Amino acid sequence: MKILTFGWEFPPHISGGLGTACYGLTKALKEENVDIIFVVPRAFGDEDIDLVNASQIIIQDPQEEIQPLKEKKKYNAKEELMMVEVPSSLTPYSESGIWEDANDIKNWNYEINPEKVPLEIIENKGVRYQFSGSYGPSLLDEVKRYGEVGGEIARQYDFDIIHAHDWLTFPAGTAAKNVTGKPLVIHVHATEYDRAGEKNIDKRIIEIEKKGLQAADLIIAVSYWTRRILIDHYNVSPHKIKVVRNGIQEENIEEFPSIPRIGENIVTFLGRITYQKGPKYFVEAAQKVLDTFPETHFIIAGSGDLLPSTIDMIANLKISSRVHCTGFLNGEKIQQIWSISDVFVMPSVSEPFGITPLEAIRAGVPVIVSKQSGVAEVLNNVIKIDFWDSEALANAIIKILQNKKFANSLKTESKKELELLTWNIAARKIKKHYHELCSKTHT
Amino acid sequence: MNYAAKHIHKNYLNLYFQVHQPSRLKKFHFFDIGTSRAYFDHDLNKAIITRIAGNCYLPANNMLLKLIKTYPEIRITFSISGTALDQFALYAPQVIESFKELAETGCVEFLGETYYHSLAFLIDEEEFKTQITQHSKKIQEYFGVQPAIFRNTELLYSNDIGRTAAETGFKGIYLEGIEKLLPGRNLNQLFKHPQLSLVLFLRNFILSDDIAFRYSNRRWSEWPLTADKYLGWLENLPGNQNFICLGMDYETFGEHHKAGDGIFRFMEEFITQAANSPKLEFITPTQVMELLPAGETISSPGIISWADVKKDESAWLGNDLQRDAFASLSRLHPLIMKSGNATLIRDYRYLQTSDHFYYMSKQTDDDGQVHQYFSHYNSAYEAFLNYMNVLADLEWRANKELVKETRLRIKKRIIKHKKRKSG
Repeated sequence: MKILTFGWEFPPHISGGLGTACYGLTKALKEENVDIIFVVPRAFGDEDIDLVNASQIIIQDPQEEIQPLKEKKKYNAKEELMMVEVPSSLTPYSESGIWEDANDIKNWNYEINPEKVPLEIIENKGVRYQFSGSYGPSLLDEVKRYGEVGGEIARQYDFDIIHAHDWLTFPAGTAAKNVTGKPLVIHVHATEYDRAGEKNIDKRIIEIEKKGLQAADLIIAVSYWTRRILIDHYNVSPHKIKVVRNGIQEENIEEFPSIPRIGENIVTFLGRITYQKGPKYFVEAAQKVLDTFPETHFIIAGSGDLLPSTIDMIANLKISSRVHCTGFLNGEKIQQIWSISDVFVMPSVSEPFGITPLEAIRAGVPVIVSKQSGVAEVLNNVIKIDFWDSEALANAIIKILQNKKFANSLKTESKKELELLTWNIAARKIKKHYHELCSKTHT
Repeated sequence: MNYAAKHIHKNYLNLYFQVHQPSRLKKFHFFDIGTSRAYFDHDLNKAIITRIAGNCYLPANNMLLKLIKTYPEIRITFSISGTALDQFALYAPQVIESFKELAETGCVEFLGETYYHSLAFLIDEEEFKTQITQHSKKIQEYFGVQPAIFRNTELLYSNDIGRTAAETGFKGIYLEGIEKLLPGRNLNQLFKHPQLSLVLFLRNFILSDDIAFRYSNRRWSEWPLTADKYLGWLENLPGNQNFICLGMDYETFGEHHKAGDGIFRFMEEFITQAANSPKLEFITPTQVMELLPAGETISSPGIISWADVKKDESAWLGNDLQRDAFASLSRLHPLIMKSGNATLIRDYRYLQTSDHFYYMSKQTDDDGQVHQYFSHYNSAYEAFLNYMNVLADLEWRANKELVKETRLRIKKRIIKHKKRKSG
């Protein structure tokens, strides 16, 4: 069985959880003898798996008028890359320093401007789009052009099923289906409702999501939480949706330098500082804990559009000497944070799955998650609270900090639960669904 | 009295220059907390001090020296912060030498201030006094004189600050001549504290800012400002004037306004003409106190300063970031003092320098641009987080120090106990 898969990012060039999930799933599916043609808008060449680079595909007759952005001299790969690079300030997990571009950031989730994807005209042949594959200002146009390329790739490759991961790839998946008539699997890792909340949704993204969901023969949701959102907000028929949960990669045990503990008790928030992740509720809970236990320390690790207002809130509550904002972290630094954390809190307002709590558990940190998350459905040995209930969150934090025995049991028992959350289990389920789809279309 | 009356027809001119450089902080990440990494950016501070020494301090001092040699009646007043002096000693010792030369002319008075250019009066009165005394000692050491007149950080002043200055031994204090203090009254005279015999020297901020802020502003209706024109304003002030105080950053010369804009030439001409003017006489604050009566009182129950449009403490404590950072700093005072560790205390005091809080201002108007001009951070938040990380490290060190001390004490007690037993 051969699957044409559309992704948006792939390790090591990732800015969020989507790339990590695609990688884990693809690897596991390969182990299950499923052939995968994995397409990304832009491949870098240093990925673990052979990828189809959409930026290399020539489109013979592109939709709409073509206006090359620049007069081209000679083709120069390096120059080309420079040209398409989108400012990193706009990516949710940019690797630049915490503040370098912070002043320019209006919306850390996606910045959507009417900018166009640069393209290259190849004489007598057609055009090639120079995708950034990030989340820059030309995102909407990239998604649309990626759709065109999706149709072209479908013509060139042989496969049985199309699998598209998140809205960014829905037009590509749909185009591939329209060209070949092959069944389309739409995989929902997150929706616009999760990212932006009811009030700030981008209607253009909702539209793309809806079209993709409609075109799908099968929808995979990463949790029942997400399934519910698809039914309630996108009017998807329930029997079209299957829930397949994410897995967690095995740990790469690498040594890292130890760091000093700033205090006896350390409570950590790690994630983007955006509406979706609920940093506000973490700060509210921190204040409540500090009222009784003034020597507790809180870490807010991550960056995002709400970082300035979160800092304002911390200062306004007069707790800045106990709440430490680290800015964006990756790699070793995250391991170091886990190593000094006594509790990890994920107070997400709406979290389709939530890979960070699993990483915390793997690192031996007791976890508190909001009930409004996918992980809450699968983990028993964590404390679950409503994201808005900072009183309950504060009490949960205090309980873990005060009761070492309880904290230790959460630690060891939740670790056992991780064994049931592997990509192999997810891959086997998905393989089964692939087979069902194939047999359905063949009969 | 008669002696004073004889001089009343003349306008006394006090030129007062503020010389201050903060010790700027390094980028201090969360992961640096507990590593005891150095807080202060040696390279950046060195670069800035060396630059300003070359652009301003040395050429301006030379100009004044030359002028004083020609016109010995010139009088200049300086207030030099301890953090500036420390950095001159480290990075540009020739600046100290040239201030010494100026001191030796006898035409220069040095004011007292807090060593660390701090807001210590808001932390603890003893702390405030300690820093003032430390500064006076330094001035005595370098320039051989004991300051008699006080000038608080950025002209921050209130009746209470005045009282503390008096208690510390000062006879007078500088403050901003803001209108609300003296509605309808002439600002250009000596005033006194409502309860004490403390003399108040009011800065004429309009005339001062004509040079300090507006000199090179081409959109200003008076641009270009010439020495003739400016002198004309001073000589022809309406009413019964007798004491004009012009106060500004010394960095006005060659740093805020570049030499290319003619600022040095302007000052040279202005000072020369003022020295030759029959209507003006240069004077220092200590001298003028003996010549003129300080009759009327001025009361400032609240805090005033020379900064921003508001002219109060809001340039440093105007938003939540500034207030909580400062409150966190203040809370550490007993802990740091208890540690008794000289290095910790020195670092703690260096962190009190008002500039650290000035960088955390979020204003976006004209005042905001001034804050931004002085700041080496990209934003108020960056300044804030960096400062809070440093403060967290300081607290961490102080706690560690206390644990160490306690252990030592217990150990000593055990040894004593054992000795007694065996003895």
